[in-house]
This record gives sequence, C-alpha cells and structure tokens, in this order.
Amino acid sequence: MELLKGLSARGRRLLLGVLVTALGLLGTACGGDAGPQDFLTPEGPIAERADGLWDITFAIAVVIFVIVEGVLVFAIVKFRRKPGREAAQFHGNTKVEVILTLVPTLILAGLAVPTVKAIADLSEKQEGSLEIKVVAKQFWWEYTYTDEDVVTANEMHVPTGQPVFLTLEGTDVIHSFWVPKLTGTQDAVPGRVNTMQFEADKPGTYWGQCKEYCGLSHANMRLRVIVHEPAEFEQWLEDQKQPAAASVSGAAAEGQEIFMQTCVNCHAIEGTDAKGTSGPNLTHFASRETFAGAMFENNAANLRRWIDNPANVKPGALMPDYGLSAQEIDAVVAYLETLE
Amino acid sequence: MSTHDAALQGPPHHEEHQTSTGLDNTKMAMWAFLGSECLFFGSFISTYLLYRSRAAGGPTPAEIYDIPFTSVSSFVLLMSSLTMVLALAAIQRGDERGLRTWLLATAFLGMTFIGGQIYEFTTFYEEGLALSKSPFGSSFFVLTGFHGAHVSVGILMLLALVGMSLAGRLPQAESRKVELIGLYWHFVDIVWIVIFTIVYLVPTEG
Amino acid sequence: MATAALQPRRSIFARPTATTGWYSWVTTVDHKKIGIMYGVTAFVFFLLGGLEALAIRAQLATPNGEILSAEAYNQFFTMHGITMIFLVIMPMGVAFFNYLVPLMIGARDVAFPRLNALSYWIFLFGGIFIYSSFFLGGAPDGGWFGYAPLSRTLETRGMDFYAVGLQLLGVASLAGAINFIVTILNMRAPGMTFMRMPVFVWMTLVVSFLLLFAMPVIAVALFQLMFDRLFDTTFFNVAAGGDPLLWQHLFWLFGHPEVYILILPAMGIVSEVLPTFSRKPLFGYAAVVFAGAAIGFMGWGVWAHHMFAAGLGPVANSAFALSTMFIAVPTGVKIFNWIGTLWGGSLRFTTSMLFSLGFVAMFIIGGLSGVTHAIVPHDAQQTDTYYVVAHFHYVLFGGALFGIMSGLYYWWPKFFGHRLSEKIGKWNFWLWFLGFNLTFGPMHIVGLQGMPRRIYTYPDGMGWNLWNMMETVGAFIIAVATLFFLFNVVVSRRKGREEAGDDPWDARTLEWMIPSPPPEYNFAEIPVVSHRDDFWHKKYFVGPGKTAEPVFAGGADHDEHGTDEHHIHMPSPSYFPLIAAFGMLITAYAVIFALPAVAIGLLVTTLGFFGWVFEPGTAE
Repeated sequence: MELLKGLSARGRRLLLGVLVTALGLLGTACGGDAGPQDFLTPEGPIAERADGLWDITFAIAVVIFVIVEGVLVFAIVKFRRKPGREAAQFHGNTKVEVILTLVPTLILAGLAVPTVKAIADLSEKQEGSLEIKVVAKQFWWEYTYTDEDVVTANEMHVPTGQPVFLTLEGTDVIHSFWVPKLTGTQDAVPGRVNTMQFEADKPGTYWGQCKEYCGLSHANMRLRVIVHEPAEFEQWLEDQKQPAAASVSGAAAEGQEIFMQTCVNCHAIEGTDAKGTSGPNLTHFASRETFAGAMFENNAANLRRWIDNPANVKPGALMPDYGLSAQEIDAVVAYLETLE
Repeated sequence: MSTHDAALQGPPHHEEHQTSTGLDNTKMAMWAFLGSECLFFGSFISTYLLYRSRAAGGPTPAEIYDIPFTSVSSFVLLMSSLTMVLALAAIQRGDERGLRTWLLATAFLGMTFIGGQIYEFTTFYEEGLALSKSPFGSSFFVLTGFHGAHVSVGILMLLALVGMSLAGRLPQAESRKVELIGLYWHFVDIVWIVIFTIVYLVPTEG
Repeated sequence: MATAALQPRRSIFARPTATTGWYSWVTTVDHKKIGIMYGVTAFVFFLLGGLEALAIRAQLATPNGEILSAEAYNQFFTMHGITMIFLVIMPMGVAFFNYLVPLMIGARDVAFPRLNALSYWIFLFGGIFIYSSFFLGGAPDGGWFGYAPLSRTLETRGMDFYAVGLQLLGVASLAGAINFIVTILNMRAPGMTFMRMPVFVWMTLVVSFLLLFAMPVIAVALFQLMFDRLFDTTFFNVAAGGDPLLWQHLFWLFGHPEVYILILPAMGIVSEVLPTFSRKPLFGYAAVVFAGAAIGFMGWGVWAHHMFAAGLGPVANSAFALSTMFIAVPTGVKIFNWIGTLWGGSLRFTTSMLFSLGFVAMFIIGGLSGVTHAIVPHDAQQTDTYYVVAHFHYVLFGGALFGIMSGLYYWWPKFFGHRLSEKIGKWNFWLWFLGFNLTFGPMHIVGLQGMPRRIYTYPDGMGWNLWNMMETVGAFIIAVATLFFLFNVVVSRRKGREEAGDDPWDARTLEWMIPSPPPEYNFAEIPVVSHRDDFWHKKYFVGPGKTAEPVFAGGADHDEHGTDEHHIHMPSPSYFPLIAAFGMLITAYAVIFALPAVAIGLLVTTLGFFGWVFEPGTAE
C-alpha cells in the first residue's frame, strides 16, 4: 500500500505485529475487573442518572466516529493517486456543507435537552436526606453528621436507600469530593459552601479520592463510603455517639499518657481531655478500616510506621514526628487500638 | 515602531503610507495594543467590583475616599488631554516651539496627577488601608497603581518627544509620532474616567 | 526615511551589518531567521518536556512507583504542561507564522521586524528563566493551571517563577500578536484580498486576535498571584476574604481561548497540506475560514466548562454546557471540509500528508471526547481523570503536534533547500502514530475506571496496572519516533542531499514561487495576486473536464530571480531588541531575588528601547 511506501517489507510486518498485539491486549483487558473506582458501573441513582446520559452520548459518539473515520479511510483508499485518473477541480458543494452543518447541530441540540434537564433535577435537594458536613483538609476528610453529635474522618457511613446531602467546605486549598460509583465530583472551595448528593442502593464499601490537585499528597487523599442496611447504620450511629472509655490499663494506659502530652494538640477523643481539632477526631479510631486519608489499612504495623515518621510515609502530611521511641510508639498504638 | 520599519511595505521609492488597508502600520499597532489594554484594565476593574465590599475589618470605600480631592486630580488629568491635542495641532502646522510647550504642559499635568495619587496612597495607608489589609485594599491599590504606572510611562514618552524635538529630530513630517503617543495618552485618560466613575463614584453597599 | 537621513555620523547606535555567523543570528530582524530560531528553541523545549513526560510515565508504569518522589513528580507534571503549552506548541505556531506569513501574503518582512526579534528574545529568556528554577530552589509545582489558593501557599520558589516567567512569555506573545495583525491586515501584496488569503494566514490572524485579548487577562491573574506571593496582597487569601474562584475565572477566560491558540495554527497547516497532496483546492474555503473565526469568537464563551465541579450553580452550568456543545459545530465543519478536500482528489501519501491525515483522524477522536465533557452530570465523573488527559492529548498531540510535524515535512524544503528523507519520514510517522495511540488511547479507559490526574502514585488492585504499563511503553515509542525525526534532520542534510528546487510538491501558494531557501528580501518583485491559490493558477487552469491543465506560456517557469536585488531596501540587523529583552530577564530575576535590582532591569530595557528609537534606519 502506498501509505507505507518507504518502509521495507520487514518494517511493515513489524508494524502489523505490534498493532495486532496491541489490539489483542485491548480485547483481553476489557473483559477484566473494572476496579473499585470504575464509574461505568454505578451503584446508586445519582451516579446512574449521569451514567444514563453517558450511555446515550457514547453511543452517538461511536456511530459518528465509525461513520466519519470510515468515510475518511474510504476517501484515502479510493482517491489515492492512480495513473489515468485526474483530480476533479471543485471548490465545494453548498448543499452538502449546509447539511453537514445542520446534522451535528441537531444531534447536539438533541443531547442538550436531557443534559440540561438532568442538571436541573440533580441540583434539587431531596426530601428526607441524611445531612453530612464534609470539611476537606490537606490531606484528609472530616465528616460531621449535622443532626447527630458524631464526627468522624475519611470513612463515611451511610444507610442504603436514603439520599445523602453533603455540604462541602475547604479550609486550606481546594479539594474535590468524589465517590465514582455513587456520585460525580464536587469541589470543596475555601470560603464557599458547595453541596452535592448521592444515594447508595446496596451495602458495601465504596472507594473515592480527592480529585482536585491539592499539594504533595494529593494522590494519598483517599476516602471510603461504607454503606449499611438502615438498621445497621442506626447501630453504627449509636456506637459513634458513645464517648471513649476514660481509663484503660496496661500498655494502653502508658500510651494514653503519651497521647495526652503530644497527640492531644491536634486530635480529639470524646470522653477524655483530648480536644484538638486540626487533626482527625479519633474517638472511635479502632473501628475504622483505614487511616491517614484512607491510605493505609488500620493495623498495628502500619500505625507504627506512620507515627514514627508521618511525612516519610505520606509526603507533606501535617502530622508532626514527635521523635517517640519504639516502645512509646507501641504504647500509643496499643492505646489507639482500644478506641473501638 | 519607527519609520524605517514601515519601509518594508514596498520598495522604498513608493509612498510611505502605502498599506493594504490604507491605515498606517504604527497606528494600527497602537490601536491593537490599546484593545488589549482594555481587557487588562477590564480584568482589574472586575476584580475591584468583586472585592470592593470586602474590607476585612479595615477601612471601607465610603470611609476612605476623598471625592472632592480625587475630582480635582481627575480634572487635571482630563485637561492634559486637551494640551495633548494642542501639542499635536502645533506640530501639524509646523510649530515646533508650540509643540514643546504643550508637550511639557501635558507632562506637567500628568505629573500633577501622579503627585495627587502618591498623596492619596499615603493618606490611605496612614488611615489603615494597606496593600495587604483586605481584598478591597489589594484590588484598589493594584488597579489604580497600574493606571498610575501607565500615566508614568506616558510622561516618559512625552519627555522623550520633547528631547527629540530639542535635538531637531521631530520635524513636522514626523507628526505621526506625536499622534501615536497622543493616542496612548487619551486612552489612559479615558481609562481613568472609567476608574473614577466605577471606583470612586458608584457607592458600595454595606 | 527622515531619521536615516538625519544620522550621517557614526555613533554608538550604528547598526550591525553581519549577515552570516552567529552574530548575524543574534542581531537579525529577518522574519525567516527568527522563525527558524523559534522553531529550534521550541524543539529543544519539546525534548525537555518529552523527557519530563517519560519520567512521569516511568513513575506511573507500575502501582506504588518509586522512581520519582512526590515533590519531583509534582514539579515534572507542572513543567511538562507549562513546557508543552507555552514553550513548544505556541512558539512552534509562531515559528510557522514568522517564516510563512510574509511569504504567503507576498511581503518582504513583517510590519515590525525589530519588534519581532524582541518577541523571540523575550520568549527565549522566559523559557530559560522558568527552567532555571530547577537550580534555584525548585520548579513550579502547582500545576500549569496554578489554582489559588494552593499556588499562593506552596512554599518553594517554583510558583514565583511561574507567575513571573509566564508574564514574560505573555509579553512576547502580545508583541507577536500585534505584529502579525498589522502584517496581515496591512502588508498583503496587491490583489491579495481577504478571501484570497491562504487559510494558514487566516488562522494566524484569528490566533493573533485571540492572543491580543487573552494575554492581558492572564497577565492580570499572574500579577495578582505574584503580588500575593511577594507582597502579601489578599487577592486569594481566603482568611481575609479573597475568592479562589476569581483565579479560576480569569485563568480559564484566558485558558480556553488558549486552547484554540494552540490548535488553530495546526488547522491552518493541514488546510494547506491536504489540498497540495490531493491536487485539489480546499473544499469549502469560505466555510473553513468562517468556522475558524467562529471558533475564535465562541472560544470566549465556554471557559466555565473547566469549572463544572466548582459550584457555579445549575443555571451557569447549563449555559456553559450549551455553548460547549455548539462550539463543536464549527469544529465539525472543518473536519467535513478536510474530508471533502480529499474527495475526488489524487492523493499522494508523502510523510507530510500522512501527518495531516493523522491529524484529521486523531482530531475526530479528540473532538468527540470533547463533546462528552459538555454532559455536565457525567463530566462531574470524568473531570480531572485520565479521560480528560486522553482528550486533550488527542487534541494537542494528535492535533496540534501532528499538524506541526506535517508542516515541518511540508515546508522543510522551503526552509532549508533540501527535502527530509521520505523513507525515514514514514518510520517517523508510523512509530509516532502507533506510540501516540498506545500512550493516550488507554488513558480513556483508565480514566473511566476512575484514575484521577495529577497523582504521583496509585495503589495496586484498581484495575489500572495494564493500561498504565501500555501507556508507558507507548511513551517510549514516541521517544524513539522523535529520534527518527532528529536522525532524519541530520541525515537529510548530509547524505545524498535531495535538492528541493523552488516547488518540490507542485504546491499552490506564493511561497513556492521563490527560491528555496528564499533570499533575504523574499520576492525580487512583489507579486500581483489575481486568485486564491495564486501560484497554482499561474501553473494550471481548469480544463473542460474539471481537471487541471498546465499553463504553457510562462507560468511555472520563473527563473528570473532577483535581477534587481541591490535596490531592495531591507531593514538592517539590530542589537537593541536583545538588550531590551535582556533587561526584562534581569527584571524578572530581580522581582524574585532582589527587588531593588528591578531598577537595573528596567534601566537596561529602557536603554534598549532608547537605542531602538534612535538607531539609524540602515547600516550605511
């Protein structure tokens, strides 16, 4: 083929081989698991509404793609230089041009109607919503259940079947709250209050992360939404309202003492003297699956590494390194593990 | 930006102003530049409009502006447009002495305006409106400061014209240079009229 | 000229005279030399930006990559964006504007040759200034979009360099824009009416107007950021009442027209290449021109689609969704017209043609994915994911860079008098095409799988691993393809040089009438234009069967070059643009490191302009 003129036969075979391999890879991978943040498999009505619009748009785009690229390839093949055929000299065709301007205009107008309708619908606050205030900070999330006396971090617990209404605030820089399977993103802008809503159909753990570049550990500012059956959620709320035990024993007691001299500057634990607010509220820390912006699984080994030098395992983390000895760290970890 | 660049419009034996549109190159460039400047000041003015009521506990516009004083300095600047017109008229009829007089008068009026602005800035600063005090302070000082910088550049160009004229380098045939600087000067004046109206005269709620 | 006549004595303002050697390049005001300098500089920055991209891809090839630290990654992705936008694609466009616009409209130079040199030097110094930040405390790390308040609070000097450096580049662009507006409006050869201008010239004009009005807006935003960082103003200080969205509005009010500033030059190139290699006039010339102008206008009304997640409210979001959808119409018109140009033609698949066809094919993808961003509820999903990264690389790489490569292969013979090797060129194209799709195709998928942008690391088990590895492989294939281009440049110059002649492609526009490379004065005699694609009409007429028949009498035989060249008056070289630009470089460093030294920089610049005004018109 003339397109490849200049390449040797070997070169052409090589090229073809690479293309076929690439397509093969594409095929195999499409069948695989789409992953925990794939938003083409939504799990709630809000995300499904967006997904429905995507399905229409994508289908139209594919049709247009096939037609236009098809015509392009056809023209390339059909009108390649051949002996005995001259190029036809013409400057345009008004009728064709008008039609080809009107057709995309009409298609876009057709897309515009459901889009604008969806924008309007999604911005209306639904009745009976669970209200949660989200405050985004470098590099973690604070959730306040406004009607309850509950503050938690990074892992948001919600019931199935009830709309959740979030108010988003930023404190330092702009962040963006995003749980792909449940809802698209909304920015948390310092000095402003934004709102968004979502609803989950099924219990489970849904992944999300900050989507607006917010500094060194933007990549590590993750989050989880844990969806319960309503009864289970009520139980969780009740548990969260309990203060932590004021007295503990053994290594944990030693850890508590250290905690009350250092960590207390930033962290709060209800029922104790710890009232710091710049770091996450740790009242029920041990009940969380992850910590540090949902970056690490909540276990003793990870906690030790984290407390030893936070900025080392999470660049830019604002939690200071108090230079605790290994023994002291063990004690603090022991204390944290009591905070069910 | 100067005459010989225009020589490229055609072989040198052609007329100097032969361009496709019939408009002079340098003048068209100045108009384009001033068009760009509209967006520049427009953006700063928009910022001011967004921020003028955000005083952050510091002085508010209503508390701090001295309208009579600024009206006088605005009038001075407005008068400088008149002297600029007279300067151009002078060179177009070949009156080089008159040209220098009116150019100097224009520059002097401009300097008076700048002096007024320096006084105003100092007073505001003493009354507690620092550049870093509030969004109102920042947007006010930066907007009017950039305007002042434009006036200052204009004064420099006027003085350069006076110097060229004294050196015998600004004959009647070169009146276009005066016209160009004049365009710039009038533009800067007009921008001030807009700033004066929007910043000083339109009252701020709250 | 009056000033020249008044300057008989030798003075410090005497103009330099060298026409060869490095000194002639430093002092040149010749639009062709300046164009080449723009091209070479931009290509060097392209290699730097490419190396940054390779480092980014190496880091992301596997989950939990450890090649780059978070600090380094954030600097690299920021610098990759700044480099490719401001130091590669924009100046590459300007390189073509410089070299070609005067040739295409039948002029001997641009309207303001020294201002043109000034633009180049400021651009070069601006690029060096921004890159020097790597050695002076860290490169910019707040993203090319520099969102406040993050950009205000980042602690290294990087964002100072960002605010001041982009300001320099903006001055260069603004001066260039004014220059090209005046050149195109005022210096057309007799008979070169607006509707006879080559589409490339039209696109230059539209881009120049976009620059003229977009640059001051970003200048204001950058001043505000700079004052915030250096003098503690409160434009973006939220605690004092500053509003972060002000930055976003100003930035995108510039930023979206900027997108068209990047793509329209490539559209212009493609609109010249396709007709030549199809042996047909452009299909629907008027529609292509008006579509370009329409994009230029509508480009001002879509900026908030970058802010759909910022909380502007349903009314604003709906309005910007609509404008974003309908800007696709003129873009679609262009694509149809390019395909229409191929229709009924006699296509020659030169490397240049392949890159132009690649442009059309890839731009269709980028355009379609662009429309999906207008679906606001779903945009809330895909915004800031790799899906968006895929989209704009299909537009800016598959679009702008493919167009630029097409232009390089097409006009190389005109620039340097010899062709690039078609054989190496084909390798260049196919590897580039393959690497491009392998790199950016999977980004669509991984984006829809929820991989955000601007993350230096990602955990295992997200379903992203395979795609990321493919992307990294693709990026290295692009690097190899780029080496093929460099190899081609070197080899074509030395071995078996294929002398190009005046008109190697049987092309259509005025620049092909004159020798390759053109003499300093371009046209010995200014051509008189009577048609669109005037040169083609000098060679051919349309016969009864609607086919092209050669003109025998005279026509293409025009070997009487430059009989009278000694009487052509060209502007002399000058060092004052360089001095004025150098003063701005001093000012820029002074702003960051030693504020009082700003006076020195301004003084040098002022002296440069002073010499500029007072130097004689020629070097006699």
